[in-house]
Amino acid sequence: MSETAALTPETIQTTKYYQGLGLTDAEYQLITTKILQRLPTYTEIGLYSGMWSEHCSYKNSKPVLKKFWTKAKQVVEGPGEGAGIIDIGDNQGIVFKAESHNHPSAVEPFQGATTGVGGILRDIFSMGARPIALLDSLRFSEPKTAHDKYLINQIVAGIAAYGNCIGVPTVGGDTAFDATYATNPLVNVMCVGLMDLTNREKGQATGVGNSIIYVGAKTGRDGINGASFASAQFDSKHKSQRSAVQVGDPFTEKLVMEACLDVIHKHQDTLVGIQDMGAAGLVSSSAEMASKAGSGMTLNLDLVPQREANMTAFELMLSESQERMLLCIKAGSENEILDLFTDYGLTAAVIGQVTTGHQYQLSHHGQIVADVPVDSLATAAPVYHREKAVPEHILRQATTQFSPKITEPTQILKQMLQQLTIASKKMIYETYDTQVQTNTVVRPGSDAAVVRIRHTDKALAMTTDVNGRYLYLDPYVGGEIAVAEAARNIVATGGVPLGITDCLNFGNPTKPDQFYELDEAVMGMTAACKVFNTPVISGNVSLNNEFNDVAIYPTPMVGMVGLIKGLNRITTQNFKQVNDKVYVVGQTGNDFNGTEIQNY
Amino acid sequence: MKFAVVAFPGSNCEMDLVYAIEDVVKEQVELVPSTATDLSDYGAVLLPGGFSYGDYLRSGAIAQLAPIMPAVKRFAAAGKPVLGICNGFQILTEARLLPGSLQRNQESKFVCKVADLVVTNDQTRFTTDYQAQQTIQLPIAHGDGNYYCDPITLAELRKNNQIIFTYQNNPNGSVAAIAGISNRQGNVLGMMPHPERAVEAILGSTSGRELFSSLVNSVRKRGLIHE
Repeated sequence: MSETAALTPETIQTTKYYQGLGLTDAEYQLITTKILQRLPTYTEIGLYSGMWSEHCSYKNSKPVLKKFWTKAKQVVEGPGEGAGIIDIGDNQGIVFKAESHNHPSAVEPFQGATTGVGGILRDIFSMGARPIALLDSLRFSEPKTAHDKYLINQIVAGIAAYGNCIGVPTVGGDTAFDATYATNPLVNVMCVGLMDLTNREKGQATGVGNSIIYVGAKTGRDGINGASFASAQFDSKHKSQRSAVQVGDPFTEKLVMEACLDVIHKHQDTLVGIQDMGAAGLVSSSAEMASKAGSGMTLNLDLVPQREANMTAFELMLSESQERMLLCIKAGSENEILDLFTDYGLTAAVIGQVTTGHQYQLSHHGQIVADVPVDSLATAAPVYHREKAVPEHILRQATTQFSPKITEPTQILKQMLQQLTIASKKMIYETYDTQVQTNTVVRPGSDAAVVRIRHTDKALAMTTDVNGRYLYLDPYVGGEIAVAEAARNIVATGGVPLGITDCLNFGNPTKPDQFYELDEAVMGMTAACKVFNTPVISGNVSLNNEFNDVAIYPTPMVGMVGLIKGLNRITTQNFKQVNDKVYVVGQTGNDFNGTEIQNY
Repeated sequence: MKFAVVAFPGSNCEMDLVYAIEDVVKEQVELVPSTATDLSDYGAVLLPGGFSYGDYLRSGAIAQLAPIMPAVKRFAAAGKPVLGICNGFQILTEARLLPGSLQRNQESKFVCKVADLVVTNDQTRFTTDYQAQQTIQLPIAHGDGNYYCDPITLAELRKNNQIIFTYQNNPNGSVAAIAGISNRQGNVLGMMPHPERAVEAILGSTSGRELFSSLVNSVRKRGLIHE
């Protein structure tokens, strides 16, 4: 990256260097002619490429996400902050969100998975909540080749390594296998946190003169511009994209988590705002904190704790080094907070201030390297209303149901139970610490996991569900089914569904047939959410899940949480005793399209 | 009596122990940071599970150098009870308060499940409320739980009745299916299974209660009480 540090604004323009960072000609034009009315510097074009990536700006999915139903009386905080909050009574709230780490896991499965867990944990504790449970929704190819096995083993090992070390139980999730995920596995991690509603935190930087404090791991050259990377699609010509993947350190995260919860719980009078440094690292966290508060901000990059020598401003701003948080602290109280972090053995530094106006200014080695309107980074990315067209395969789809030929029912049943998607997932979940924090009442292997809320008579039921095959056949109905299945799992456990989070794993939104899948799925999910009174309180979008132009099945993971009022109402899935009667509730129809028996 | 639960950076079962003792055992308990240097106020010292200092280098290797450890050693030398659970067991072997060491599980994977254990010695101050050869269920959750010692040490352990718990189905490749051992004097116990995860029926097992009740009774009987 260092040879490009000297790129002049003119060179960036004439060589169209910005294209390699994921910005289009039209987007570059917008920056030069409307926003800055001059050519952006090398650092500035880096800031825009990160902030205007799909991962940070949702520029392709915003019009779709607006269709989600997000308001219900139990919602304290909807989408927009680090994670959403739902009121569960007694001044307690639950916070939950899911995050995808599909692209990093395809390239470097172990680290891709660890950092997926780390990222979602920071989203939860930055809201002031203690993480109490993790769930993983995984989609793999059946393990046929050595590479399939490598991906599965390493992804599972990565999740175990991070979650087990930090001491948050991995209580549930779901795993399914289909060839559609062979080169593009899905790694979706959901985290649930518990908080006192009096400890609500916002990711904002208000109050001119207040300080911006950096805490956590030092910044290195890992995951530079990962947000743009995550928003791009893969093909076999560009194999080595390893440098865009970060490395996780759960021990540091544990210290960062305990220290930040300490600040949130015991130093509320000095804390103005707190946000995790996730996608697009320092620029995204700081610009969002300033923009949300309507403030300006200045950062001195010489003060950023650095792990490597001679890092450029571009690298410092776009690095996605893990285990870092950004805090806004009242002027005069900096030392109190810095001392606290030192006691936890953490690196922390004041790196900037909240300023008047709305400019975002960066200095490095005594020079101003970026000076742009803060809202232009955080909210001004163009929004694209993509075209939608019914996919060819749906138009050609048979109108009749698949009809299985069954001659030996017992044998078929035994073979069905061996299908990897149906068979026990013990091999996976036995490598996760499911019990740490000693609140796990129902462990993996039942319909939904159950975590009791200590010192109350309440418990939370949680599950993740989606069947990509159903969505491939009909994205609207498949979206409805995903929410309905999650609701059934919650209800079967004794819970009342409260709300959902999601990871929208889809193909390329610029292709009308793939955008159709996204748009229809969201409308189907919304229809079901209204029926079950489960508003969407948070979520994540992962687009361009395609390899050599072939997209995965549309797979909008639904993570649902329900409240169980009364620990004696917790119900498990297993049969209890001989002679108990078995009932089937609901109509059984001739519904075989997209089923496991069709795949078998 | 008052328990000390030592919290190292990276410990993650310290609160589970605190809740088990406060809510179920109904005794006093305090979290003691690993930077403390005095344990004289306490009747028993517990080293919790987790990943102290990330378990980077080797499980327990850095924790055994923490400022609290000389006090733990003095406490043990005075004949007072020290219990190391999971990472705490690893720390006790690294600190040479217990013989042998804990290696990576035979299958090289973390394993979390409920294990059937045999109480092989019911005469220690940690096990008097169990029956000899009784089978109990305790959760295990570890990546480095494969206990190893050389044959001479193993013979010593057997001769002195220092093997306290064994696995019925060895989950990690431990020598002689060892799940927990004590020192020669019987006042220091290290075990990979988690008794603090087995004190409430709603969480699946109550087999861990007797361990804490044995300990409380023995401290009371010996007059080592600090109320």
